Amino acid sequence: MSKAAAVELAAVTKRYGTSVAVDRISLKIKAGTYCCLLGPSGCGKTSTLRMIAGHETVSDGDIRLGDTVVNDLPPARRGTAMMFQSYALFPHLDLVDNVAFSLKMKGVAREERREKALAMLGLMEMTPYASRRPAQLSGGQQQRVALARALITDPQALLLDEPLSALDPFLKIRMRAELKRLQASLGITFIHVTHSQEEAMALADLAVVMNGGRIEQAAHPRDLFNRPATPFVARFLGDHNVIEGRVAAVADGLVRFEVPGGPTLTAPAIAGTEAGAPIAVAVRTDKIRLGAAPDGLGFTGLVSNVEYRGSTVQVAFAVPGIDDFAVSLDEADFYRAPLALGDAVPLVWAPEHVHVLGHA
Amino acid sequence: MTFAHRVAPYLQALPLTLILGVFLVVPIAVIVMVSFWDYDSIRIYPDFVTFNYEETLFSFVTWKTYLNTLKFTFIVWAITLFVGFWVAYFLAFHVRTATMQTVLFLVCTVPFLTSNIIRMISWIPFLGRNGLLNTALVDAGIVPAPLEFLLFSEFAVVLAMVHLYTLFMVTPIFNTLMRIDRALIEAARDAGASGFQILTNVILPLAKPGIAIGSIFVVTLVMGDFITVRFMSGGQSASVGLMMANQISLLQYPAAAANAVVLLVVVLMIVAAIVRVVDIRKEL
Repeated sequence: MSKAAAVELAAVTKRYGTSVAVDRISLKIKAGTYCCLLGPSGCGKTSTLRMIAGHETVSDGDIRLGDTVVNDLPPARRGTAMMFQSYALFPHLDLVDNVAFSLKMKGVAREERREKALAMLGLMEMTPYASRRPAQLSGGQQQRVALARALITDPQALLLDEPLSALDPFLKIRMRAELKRLQASLGITFIHVTHSQEEAMALADLAVVMNGGRIEQAAHPRDLFNRPATPFVARFLGDHNVIEGRVAAVADGLVRFEVPGGPTLTAPAIAGTEAGAPIAVAVRTDKIRLGAAPDGLGFTGLVSNVEYRGSTVQVAFAVPGIDDFAVSLDEADFYRAPLALGDAVPLVWAPEHVHVLGHA
Repeated sequence: MTFAHRVAPYLQALPLTLILGVFLVVPIAVIVMVSFWDYDSIRIYPDFVTFNYEETLFSFVTWKTYLNTLKFTFIVWAITLFVGFWVAYFLAFHVRTATMQTVLFLVCTVPFLTSNIIRMISWIPFLGRNGLLNTALVDAGIVPAPLEFLLFSEFAVVLAMVHLYTLFMVTPIFNTLMRIDRALIEAARDAGASGFQILTNVILPLAKPGIAIGSIFVVTLVMGDFITVRFMSGGQSASVGLMMANQISLLQYPAAAANAVVLLVVVLMIVAAIVRVVDIRKEL
């Protein structure tokens, strides 16, 4: 296997006519990293991947693979290989010829390329199916063939466009584990586009949350989850309550802020906070308890919805001035004293669980 | 099961059976039957003679006519395939919007808004000795005298047939090309394929069913054609269809019927050969 390459984007922009799909994004992906580009549809993640792959021209900025600027190189000469969303296996070829396709294009002799393709299919444990056509395979098997076809070019970076979206939930989790294992054993850079935060959490060394053509935050999933940078990231990852308000006073390292039409709360002060400025904080749904609150670290909400989720119960509360507010309670605790719709319940959290968000 | 339950499926199959029976099976059966009848210059007699087939199969004229028809078929097939494929390719891959594709496709069908005969006759003032093309060529000094081969020649027959039948090639090929997942072409490019390699390794193999269906259309139409050959060759060229038309005008129905049966068998063999090479079931 060839060496992994670092991928670097420098102020990369993609414009379609007058609309900007990707807006001057800069990102460094270290060699051998499993990177997930994460975001809602239309956030520019797929355009970014396709620019790295060379299937989309770069309007502005540079893309570097290792030490080479690859902006103007054709896809096959970049050292990348792409795995397509629906796998894009050639329906008229059997698996061996599918996997050997790039070798055939390079003019490798038939025997040699079939041998290599069979070896690659073996690595994916697909040898028994070698003479089948793609249509005769299940989704998971097709994915393995697509992986084999991408990896036979010996890429330095593998680009995956929503690779798991075509699979059913159980298979998704299994193939996810396979991808992770494969990346670990090959050691090459993986760049994986997904709209599922769960997938990104499970796989990524570096998760990049994108929104509106920009990067909101790029970090390890744990940092992302514990210290989301913006309200968008906190909301997109889920399991966070975002509370927005206006600063009333700053004193003793604490900020008091008012939610318009709602409660007054406190948060740790960060540098540059002034009275009158807008502020947003995030509190994780699993860090909130039921109980009377000291000043500024809780309020009373009305139960508006109860969802059973197995090990936890998600209770949604109506709170004046706050759009969505949910609390994740331990299942056993909840059923010891169940809540009913419309109950007024005091909620409380510890000061260290208030995370102040920046503005994007 | 009740009586109604048992009868219902047969009733449902009845309309199609009747239509196919009345319009396909019965006429063919009649033609086969008549091909064994006897005839003289004024009437035909129910009989069982193989004379009509002997005359058809062992005559030098029949063989020559069949060869000539096959020659037309091959030339027209090759030209319509070439032209049709590239027209379909252009429509499918180079025209970006669906609206424009529909518009251009409708433009392709414009010739079919007039009748076959009128379209052929319109070639005459264009290609004739004093026609538009010859006049223009002579006036421009490109040729010293009017070109004679333009009209009433095999060239004219092939030209008219290509004009008439190219759309039958464009339509099915366009259809298959439109069904090719564009991601396949990207995947091929990702694997390092050049434009030509994408054409030969991805697009052509996937277009095969459309090419086969178009070929069947063109081959059967050209093999059975008589009016184009009669008009455009000015009576200087023969085809199987023309031979049959002549026999019918001489009231030699049994001879024409025998000829028709032979033609049917030949065409079916060609179609069988095409279907054997390409699996068109995927397309139907």
